[in-house]
Amino acid sequence: MIEVDNIHKSFGDHHVLKGISTVFEKGKTNLIIGQSGSGKTVFLKCLLGLFEPDEGNICYNGQLYSELSIKQRRNLRQEMGMVFQGSALFDSMTVEGNVMFPLDMFTNQSKSEKQDRVDFVLKRVNLIDAHKKYPAEISGGMQKRVAIARAIVMNPKYLFCDEPNSGLDPKTAILIDNLIHEITQEYDITTIINTHDMNSVMEIGEKIIFLKNGFKEWEGTNKEIFKTENTAVTDFVYSSELFKKVRQMYIEERN
Amino acid sequence: MKYLEAIGKYFIMVWEVFKKPTKWRIMKTLILKEVDELVYGAMGIIVFISFFIGGVVTIQTALNLNNPLLPKSLIGFATRQSVILEFAPTFTSIIMAGKVGSYITSSIGTMRVTEQIDALEVMGVNSLNYLVFPKIIAMFMYPFAVAISMFVGVLGGWIAAVFGGYAPSGDFIQGLQMDFDSYHITYAFIKSVVFAFVIATVPSYHGYYMTGGALEVGKASTTSFVWTSVVIIIINYILTQLLLG
Repeated sequence: MIEVDNIHKSFGDHHVLKGISTVFEKGKTNLIIGQSGSGKTVFLKCLLGLFEPDEGNICYNGQLYSELSIKQRRNLRQEMGMVFQGSALFDSMTVEGNVMFPLDMFTNQSKSEKQDRVDFVLKRVNLIDAHKKYPAEISGGMQKRVAIARAIVMNPKYLFCDEPNSGLDPKTAILIDNLIHEITQEYDITTIINTHDMNSVMEIGEKIIFLKNGFKEWEGTNKEIFKTENTAVTDFVYSSELFKKVRQMYIEERN
Repeated sequence: MKYLEAIGKYFIMVWEVFKKPTKWRIMKTLILKEVDELVYGAMGIIVFISFFIGGVVTIQTALNLNNPLLPKSLIGFATRQSVILEFAPTFTSIIMAGKVGSYITSSIGTMRVTEQIDALEVMGVNSLNYLVFPKIIAMFMYPFAVAISMFVGVLGGWIAAVFGGYAPSGDFIQGLQMDFDSYHITYAFIKSVVFAFVIATVPSYHGYYMTGGALEVGKASTTSFVWTSVVIIIINYILTQLLLG
């Protein structure tokens, strides 16, 4: 569980995060949504420990980040997995090398133990024949799966995803969403996804936070987002005609 | 002010490189890979340029020594001094700033653009140590390349002198041995070690702290070559004054 209490972050005169408080629960898929420039990426980077908030606290399973020593922060980082928007796989390494990298860096396991773990996570993300391929030789969807495999190989307690569906076709995007959701429940991870994808919001958003101009404008579940009267949220989520119709149908169905 | 800030940032980067080291088992592989890429990979161009520059220095010296009272051995002497003192350590370093420096900036810059450096940081890896330290250590092999450059440069000069008819082999070799001061070799190696550090770190700085996309990677490579060359030239002046002045 991650508890965020009134965090602020500025860059020079630009006040990006203006007092955000929330709780991200364990075993749940938490989504951060909002327009470009609303502060989503900065918020995610604060949660990852890449940016230090100017004010406020972030608590990881009861450990206050600001009170952790450098060594404890380093150890905490090893409990985090991250799936980047562009996958961020190491070009010079094979798929297997990418997934094995955290094990090589932070464990003293034998080669066969590491190989077993890599085979297991690659199988879990449905990648069986790509071990020896380089990132440039596989599709965008496969790269995302490798990135997920690399993120979970160390059994993280926290999984962060920055727009995991960007650049993917709708079918692959749904597969990636479902995979992240399944992994979250299966391994009881606190997952936080930064997304623009409304399909993800509807499908896997067990908790959704809507940011606007650095403030937390709304928070709820994918069921509640249908009912909300908050115009900032409805203008953003139901900006397309299709989603407007979906919402209308949902409301009519409930009535 | 901007330059002062950049210089400060560079020294902070260098400090960070030596903190929180990567496991030796992994670092060893990275260093060997970098030796292959940075030093061994540059040997072809170093040998080629050294050979011809040595020849050109010999021809230029011979053409300017047209007084019959001056001994032909001076051609060998001048070639040796030019190659050992300046050409091999300094001129080769400028070439390396172009070849190796732009490779370092573009490879690290691309990792920055594609978030690979962020991925390392999120995992808790000291990305500066992981990326820059092996390059610094690999570049400590650079004095060997400079030694080869010295030998090939003198060889090029001897071939140009003998086969171009500018000086007999005996006179040229006598010139090579004349008033030889082994400290000049030490001076050249001291310079090459310092230049090796500059070639590994200045381009790394430009790649690591770059922002933007593919176009900016290209711009950073050019800027890195310019600044590496400037730093080499300034340090060359300072070291020459300190060690020979």
